[in-house]
Amino acid sequence: MSFDRTDVEKIAHLARIALTDDEIPATTAKLSGILGLIDKMQAVDTRGVTPLAHPLETTQRLRPDTVTESNQRDAYQAIAPATEAGLYLVPKVIE
Amino acid sequence: MHEKTLAELSQALQSKTLSSVELTQHYLKRIETFDGKLNSYITVSPDLALTQAKAADERIAAGTATALTGIPLAHKDLFCTQGLRTSCGSKMLDNFIAPYESTVTQRFIDAGAVTLGKTNLDEFAMGSSTESSFYGPTRNPWDTERVPGGSSGGSAAAVAARLCAAATGTDTGGSIRQPAGFTALTGLKPTYGRVSRWGMIAYASSLDQGGPMARTAEDCALMLQAMAGFDDKDSTSVDQPVDNYSASLNDSLTGLRIGLPKEYFAGGLDAATADAIDAAVKQFQALGAEVKEISLPNAELAIPAYYVIAPAEASSNLSRFDGVRFGYRCNDPADLTDLYKRSRGEGFGPEVKRRIMVGAYALSAGYYDAYYLQAQKIRRLIKNDFMAAYEQVDVILCPTSPTPAFKIGEKIDDPVSLYLTDIYTITANLAGVPGIALPAGFANGLPLGMQLLGPYFSEARLLNIAHQYQQVTDWHQRAPAGY
Repeated sequence: MSFDRTDVEKIAHLARIALTDDEIPATTAKLSGILGLIDKMQAVDTRGVTPLAHPLETTQRLRPDTVTESNQRDAYQAIAPATEAGLYLVPKVIE
Repeated sequence: MHEKTLAELSQALQSKTLSSVELTQHYLKRIETFDGKLNSYITVSPDLALTQAKAADERIAAGTATALTGIPLAHKDLFCTQGLRTSCGSKMLDNFIAPYESTVTQRFIDAGAVTLGKTNLDEFAMGSSTESSFYGPTRNPWDTERVPGGSSGGSAAAVAARLCAAATGTDTGGSIRQPAGFTALTGLKPTYGRVSRWGMIAYASSLDQGGPMARTAEDCALMLQAMAGFDDKDSTSVDQPVDNYSASLNDSLTGLRIGLPKEYFAGGLDAATADAIDAAVKQFQALGAEVKEISLPNAELAIPAYYVIAPAEASSNLSRFDGVRFGYRCNDPADLTDLYKRSRGEGFGPEVKRRIMVGAYALSAGYYDAYYLQAQKIRRLIKNDFMAAYEQVDVILCPTSPTPAFKIGEKIDDPVSLYLTDIYTITANLAGVPGIALPAGFANGLPLGMQLLGPYFSEARLLNIAHQYQQVTDWHQRAPAGY
């Protein structure tokens, strides 16, 4: 199994990553190599095996539903690319 | 001064034969002298360091010091350090000044340690050589044509060249243990959940663990004591009491059962490393341990499983880097989609982009079962292998890497060949078990590493075994020439 250009373009879109025309051939080749590596997993029959998501299989700890954090907007927005009136500015979405 | 271990420096500071300000100035001068060539630091923080050093000296004088008070440390540049750049070795965060402190670095601040700076790493911790950093590769002080390992290569090089007393690293697939092996250091990856991940910028959340890198097991014990512990702010932090890691360093190894996984000695291992481990086996037997062969039958599947799980988790974790709230933003975005795509396309390096894409693919509709779910099932098999092994032995002994440090540029163009070098370290992350790497010898002037893997929460035992080995060998006392 390997990837072709269309596959890579689709995946790059899913990941919201722009690849330049120059980058696509090398990326396609390297991703195909990686796919070859991970395909080795198909060699083992895992029917009946329970998947493991967390090594110690602990359950998600919950916390009481109370307010514990304070507003830190000024500190956190100090490093933002563009803000106005406490909001983050991005290019217009709705035409 | 820099020849002393952290433990020795701690004693010198406490007995006031040395001040933290003197010691800090000494390291800052050494960084200026030697780090241009090595490139182990991304950010050096002299003002902060000297302020902390002065405060440490006052604390020592007042009699309220801890073992780490006044000790100059370096931190891998993915721990958020408030007010200091935290770059993750990436253009994406080159302009990121962390607005808060990670739990790990806060613990060191509370202990009175000194922050010399932030060390270089593979971008977002994705790599085994520190070659993928936006800030260029770090060189191995033992041979500057070679890599120091990765992803915690900057921390490894800084400690090995005596540019700090010890450092923090993180280990997701071997990133503490493999660089420790390449630079004659002792490095420990704790049990998953032992050390808080709050403020430790995430690569793969079910695999990442922060840990110490130092010149001796005794030093690692002091570092881990400060780092370990339950943290309310990390929902994967385990509420398990923290051992006194230094107290059991001198326990006897009589009756210790050590297992050698036969799959790890079957082939592909450098002859000098295999010989070094044979010699270590004899040392451990002389210390009273019993060594036998065990099996980790699914060991070979660990690499493909890891290279699905880690990229899948990374694709999720790195989706926050979108040019909106912090970090790199592309120029003149045409629309929102262009903002996301070009900020990420331009801000991330090629390896990071590849791993995000592999992850996105493995999680996508139609492929989730064949890849992600299959990898999680293999993860279960690997954990089962360890649990079965620990019914027969107390710890597992194996190499850290198939070869000693390779040359810069040798493997970076072939991602798969680089991935395959993770074969000995990756299983511990999948199973969540702790592991300690320590020097086992040298070949042609290059360090050879070995590791001990233990059951969950056996860090004290691992440190004890490593310390006892270091009482009867001197590999860990050697230093690279020229520093």
